[in-house]
Amino acid sequence: MKQNEAVVRFEHISMQFPGVLANDDICLEIRKGEVFALIGENGAGKSTLMNILYGLQKPSAGALWIKGKRVEEFDPRIVIDQGVGMVHQHFMLVPSFTVAQNIVLSREPRKHKIFFDNAAAEEAVRKLERDYGLTVPESTPVEEISVGLQQRVEILKALCKGAEILILDEPTAVLTPQETEELFTVIRGIVREKDMTVIIITHKLDEVMAISDRVGVMRKGRLVGVHETRDVDTRMLASLMVGRPVLFEELERSGTPGAPALRVEKLCVSDQRGLPAVRGLSLELRAGEILGIAAIEGNGQSELIEAITGLIPIRSGRVEVLGKDVTGREPGEIREAGLAHVPEDRLATGLSGAATVAENLLVGKQREPRFNRFRIHQDRRAVRSYAEEVYERYDIRGAGVDALAGEMSGGNMQKVVIAREFSFDTPVLIISQPTRGVDVGAIEFIHSRVMEKRNQGAAILLSSADLDEVFRLSDRIITLFEGEITGSFRAGEIGKEELGLYMTGSRRQGGTAE
Amino acid sequence: MNGSKDIFSTIFSAGTFQMMLRSATPVALAAIGGSMTEHAGIMNIGMEGMILMGAFFGVLGSFLAQSAFAGLALALLVGILAGLFFALLVVRYKSDEFIIGCALNTFAIGLTTYLARNYFPGDASGNPNLPELNLAFLDRIPGLRVINHQSVLVYLTWIIVILAWLFVYKTPYGFWLRASGEKPDTLRTAGISPKKMKWIASVLCGILCALAGAHLSLGQLQGTFTDNMSNSRGFIAFACVIFAAAHPGKAYLAALMFGFFEAIGLRLQGFVSSDLTGMIPYLITIVMMVYVVVRKQRRKMKNE
Repeated sequence: MKQNEAVVRFEHISMQFPGVLANDDICLEIRKGEVFALIGENGAGKSTLMNILYGLQKPSAGALWIKGKRVEEFDPRIVIDQGVGMVHQHFMLVPSFTVAQNIVLSREPRKHKIFFDNAAAEEAVRKLERDYGLTVPESTPVEEISVGLQQRVEILKALCKGAEILILDEPTAVLTPQETEELFTVIRGIVREKDMTVIIITHKLDEVMAISDRVGVMRKGRLVGVHETRDVDTRMLASLMVGRPVLFEELERSGTPGAPALRVEKLCVSDQRGLPAVRGLSLELRAGEILGIAAIEGNGQSELIEAITGLIPIRSGRVEVLGKDVTGREPGEIREAGLAHVPEDRLATGLSGAATVAENLLVGKQREPRFNRFRIHQDRRAVRSYAEEVYERYDIRGAGVDALAGEMSGGNMQKVVIAREFSFDTPVLIISQPTRGVDVGAIEFIHSRVMEKRNQGAAILLSSADLDEVFRLSDRIITLFEGEITGSFRAGEIGKEELGLYMTGSRRQGGTAE
Repeated sequence: MNGSKDIFSTIFSAGTFQMMLRSATPVALAAIGGSMTEHAGIMNIGMEGMILMGAFFGVLGSFLAQSAFAGLALALLVGILAGLFFALLVVRYKSDEFIIGCALNTFAIGLTTYLARNYFPGDASGNPNLPELNLAFLDRIPGLRVINHQSVLVYLTWIIVILAWLFVYKTPYGFWLRASGEKPDTLRTAGISPKKMKWIASVLCGILCALAGAHLSLGQLQGTFTDNMSNSRGFIAFACVIFAAAHPGKAYLAALMFGFFEAIGLRLQGFVSSDLTGMIPYLITIVMMVYVVVRKQRRKMKNE
């Protein structure tokens, strides 16, 4: 087969879900032997389009052609036979089965017609390993191998079924930088040597530039552009994804820090196992400033925040909100004192996935007279109109306020949490991981909201694993290492590399670490 | 002194072991069935009802056709229907499996009691029962006597244990079955319907529970049905499934343990109050479940 030949063709594909048009008249050709990147914000319809290609969903309209043949029946089995393989974002592996057993699942080699031939399965896997230069421990249970290796097993699984077109759904989301590099080497290898076609779904733009030949951009269900990767840059792709220029420029700061709003004195907190997590930490946060915490995961930042917000007990020390001692108080009382909290894990503590968006937005305000008639009966109309107004104001996108929060994309769930907490209009805001797993457009929106709160005079304590975020938002930055503050800086006073030395404890202010 | 020796010799007599095999069989059969649904990711507490229906319809078929094997066939048919019904509600209509299991158990008690009053106004005993194996040479070998003179289903159970083990761990279908419970989406993306595997598991469970019931009424009690004769064996089987982590061989051993203690309980009736001895199998079940919890905790600790 020659280059530039279309192996997959989407012809006017549309997909209607209840309340959402996930794919809107998509026309796209994927060429043989290319790496095609499909990008878009969360909820833009990338995964839906790929689920259609993989036969998991039947489009409401349009036609799909694979290798010149029209797909009549949308069934993974048939599509797999035509050479399409997919590596899902959440791995499709059975944890208790061995690597080889997972790879051959549904096409097991047999002996005496009915028995599973484990030796033959492992031999087949070894042959695949030789063919593609990918090694895996074929007789180890999948639950015992690393995430990077599991992904390799997924790729081999697709190749084992004779995949010529490989779909990778957000393959690097769970990988370390080293594992990502290895994955890209593998992709380049199979494309160059085996003439495979690879479609990679992602929202990491650096990766698009690094690996792809062409890139397609989706926005709100539509395919808004297809480009040769060499003709574009990340800035341009980001703008295409969001539908307007994404600036990521300096956020406007105004006002000067006011009175202290949150004071923490010699705080000591234990972690779940009862070991010291925060050791005698003191800090002061003023109105109208953002204090960023830079720390590597597990250095006491989570415990610090949970202790301040009253979620875990305090061993010793003192926490004051607006001059009021709230040490050891219940979370509700601390909130009363003038504090709101965006927790780090939106699914576990941030919201209830089984409740509607409106209910999630209401939590904390449900006792307010305006939502209640005769103090006992909830006024649904008032709740609804309030929820709709907030929904609009925070640019939440989904199937409306009556949809279940758990069915929204990550970015929109996060917006629900932020909308709820910010709407308490408290003088103190504790924000943890505001944009973890959130797409570019939503990040920009959330950042500008945080800055707006600061400019209005809120005292904000920010903890984030994303150093860029800490740098971009903070007026001051403190570094934590093993539950102690190792450094405190004004914004612009220090660079990322140097900050890293304080985060790893190899340097401390007031003398070097021992 | 003399009395304790009597208890000891009574407990470890050949009769105890014979009784152990007999009492273990219905629990074992149901536990193997329960292993199927357990592997398919269905929490099946409806085994109790399935056993009871198997027991009743076994006797009914035997009575109507005056043939134990006709009874067995009718029990199997009802077992298949019960499995299909369970799957229809749990797999197809996604009802809560716990509620459906409860409903099935309650329904079975009502149905069998009602029908028993209708068909057998006096008592439902003396119907043709399943034959026993009688190989004279076994009696002559010391120690092997206990495996002679058992109802045919006792021996069939041994074959079923081996077949079930082969099916679950050695055939592709067994891999699909386990995948359907552990990671259904994985199976689905591999192009095999996890629902189909769950249907199959439910029906297999229905069949095996019906066999368990038929053994109870047509084998163990020689053609007799009494109200609620399953007497929680379905729940004990469920405990065996959990204890054995749904491994058919281990489930059989767990059932044997249950059978052993039931036999001891019966044997001790001459020495201790039968109210107390009747408790033994259930006490053992509790001990088994405590062990399962402890084992789980230990594993959790190890992983942390």
